[in-house]
Amino acid sequence: MVPARFKAGDRVKVLKAFPIGHIRTPFYIRGQVGEVERLCGAFPNPEELAQMRDGLPAQPLYRVRFLQREVWPDYQGSPRDVVEIEIFQHWLEAA
Amino acid sequence: MKDQGKYRPLSYYQLMEVTLRELLVEKGLLTEEELRREVAEMTARTPERGARVVSRAWVDPSFKKNLLQDGTKACEQLGLEIPALKLVVVENTPQVHNAIVCTLCSCYPRVLLGLPPEWYKSRNYRSRMVREPRAVLAEFGLNVDQGIQIRVHDSTADMRYLVLPMRPAGTEGWSEERLAALVSRDCMIGVAVPRAPRP
Repeated sequence: MVPARFKAGDRVKVLKAFPIGHIRTPFYIRGQVGEVERLCGAFPNPEELAQMRDGLPAQPLYRVRFLQREVWPDYQGSPRDVVEIEIFQHWLEAA
Repeated sequence: MKDQGKYRPLSYYQLMEVTLRELLVEKGLLTEEELRREVAEMTARTPERGARVVSRAWVDPSFKKNLLQDGTKACEQLGLEIPALKLVVVENTPQVHNAIVCTLCSCYPRVLLGLPPEWYKSRNYRSRMVREPRAVLAEFGLNVDQGIQIRVHDSTADMRYLVLPMRPAGTEGWSEERLAALVSRDCMIGVAVPRAPRP
């Protein structure tokens, strides 16, 4: 299991990367900055599992909270609205 | 239906399903009986399970506390097994409204809500729920005040989400069973809120 590098409240940036394969990081959130809501635990890396490998060591998985008005510049709702997404640690860097 | 009873060839995916199933049985990895049982179990799961969890949380503050802390463990206390999944329960309050979507595929808390409705799997819902949640909720008949924060949960990996709606006013003293009847599937996805019937 890979040690967790972030904790709740940390500001993180999602990598703006476009590797091929089975990726659980949605396109719309790549490159965005958010705040760690909680650490969910560690899970086998789905990108590896999809290649029939064991996905180990398990990767820490976080729920990250993003402000909608930062994700979508023309967002119509309240400026406080958020979207929360599960993101694996290897897709995050400190912001 | 006009062509009822007419022979129709299997589609590509139906044929693939039959082929895979027959191979698994032939190779002894599964039996027909196991398959039948699994399908029966899958269709037996209904949103009533989720409603039981919600109504218990409404009447039992310590259960609610556990549920919000560790959804999987709390459901196990109620005898609801959530195999290999982590359940995250998100609470609606007067300040926050939660809604669930899976933009990548159609992850859904099947163990508590049964099979997902067709619209949940549609491209329309999956793409628009993160982009313009207020407009989507309005189409479901739910107008959320601008002063209330909307939290959309995109279930992209190993968690499954359930919305804990607010207990409607005017239900003081109701039994768990009576409360559970107010909790629809849509309330637990977050596209509706439970309402007490008018007195």
